[in-house]
Amino acid sequence: MTERALTTAQPGAVVVMLAPALVRLFPEAERRVEVAASTVGEMIQALDGRWPGMHDRLCDSSPEIRRHINVFVAGERATLETRLAPGAEVWVLTAISGG
Amino acid sequence: MATKVLVLLGTKKGAFILESDARRRAWDLRGPFCETWPMNHVIADPADGTIYGAGGNEWFGPAVWKSTDLGATWTHSSQGLAYAEGEQPIKSAWSLAPAAGRLYAGVEPAGLFRSDDAGQAWQHVAGLRNHPSRPGWQPGGGGLILHSIVLNPKDASQVWVAISSAGVFHTADGGETWEPRNRGTRADYMPEDQRYPEVGQCVHCLVMAPGMPDRLYQQNHCGMYRSDDGGRSWQSIEAGLPSTFGFPAAAHPRDPATLYLLPLNGDIAGRFVPDGKTAVWRTRDAGARWQALREGLPQKNAFLGVLRQAMATDRLDPAGVYFGTSSGALFASADEGESWSCIAQHLPTITSVETMVVGT
Repeated sequence: MTERALTTAQPGAVVVMLAPALVRLFPEAERRVEVAASTVGEMIQALDGRWPGMHDRLCDSSPEIRRHINVFVAGERATLETRLAPGAEVWVLTAISGG
Repeated sequence: MATKVLVLLGTKKGAFILESDARRRAWDLRGPFCETWPMNHVIADPADGTIYGAGGNEWFGPAVWKSTDLGATWTHSSQGLAYAEGEQPIKSAWSLAPAAGRLYAGVEPAGLFRSDDAGQAWQHVAGLRNHPSRPGWQPGGGGLILHSIVLNPKDASQVWVAISSAGVFHTADGGETWEPRNRGTRADYMPEDQRYPEVGQCVHCLVMAPGMPDRLYQQNHCGMYRSDDGGRSWQSIEAGLPSTFGFPAAAHPRDPATLYLLPLNGDIAGRFVPDGKTAVWRTRDAGARWQALREGLPQKNAFLGVLRQAMATDRLDPAGVYFGTSSGALFASADEGESWSCIAQHLPTITSVETMVVGT
């Protein structure tokens, strides 16, 4: 699959592109997924409903998006509270880290 | 079924498994597993052969990995492996210990969890962090980590844990209440009149003597110790050793008087084997006398260290002994430490070594 998320989302859904390293942790997961959500927090809960445990990989118990996970909405880094318009494109990426 | 010996490695970049037969001469290496996450402790449950790995990485946080097919496939879970909202989140899982039908996990920042469904869901053993000393717990160089979990094979309600650098704690009621068990262990980094506190010791590794639940050994930042009363009191056993510093300790599988240590040259001296010469030190009399075991180990320009969970024995007779270095080499002895060979090298930093014998 290419790095393009562009295909029309179902009405009311947002399009989420997941980082390859995240997809590898969940054997049934796909890189491009559509979910119904009005905030990033709802989107992550919806992903967790589809692939149980994904919430813990993306968020800590603060609760916040993990420090080295970047969620981009409309080109801007998002928080759990960031609102999502229908059809929004969301990128979940691994930030620079490691050693 | 032919006997297989597995050596389970946690490393800074994934889990690895070495496999041999009972002779333990030729070894095959598999890995890296667990998506190259830093794995702090990889163990096997002898009851069913399930392999578990405790780890966590900077992107995805803590989890316990699991394989029910000797490492061929893995899953992971951290369901419930979390403190309450507002507390400092868990960074990584650090230690594992299986009991009858139960699995314990120690984490950073220090706390204890248990799973009653083979590592799928976790419950916080909150009594430990409710101990009144907890606000004063300070991290050691490796963080505020719960790195040793010792279970009493004769009494499931008794557990000892070791935290760097809070010390040893014991519960006799399954984790509801805990008491410090550090009397007699030094804290050389404290002012002279405060070197034997109730808590705050930098214990590096805690192990139990086989068949003697009241006999514990510990390698501490400040000395080596034995307790014959379940940790209520500790006696120094460092006389005869080349330093008072080191990380791992490994008990013999059958002899409660035999212990293996790997002293390093000192906490601010590089933490190398002394004089660049590698030796495992063995006692056969519970710490009264020590013998350096060097045959086959590097004896020149060896600037290597061994971390706190990176030495283990197997249960064969004679017992195998294994240690992994911070520079990614694994050394093994199939004769209780008399002679050694390097059975793997060029691995990532080895953080833990454990064994499993299958088929006997």
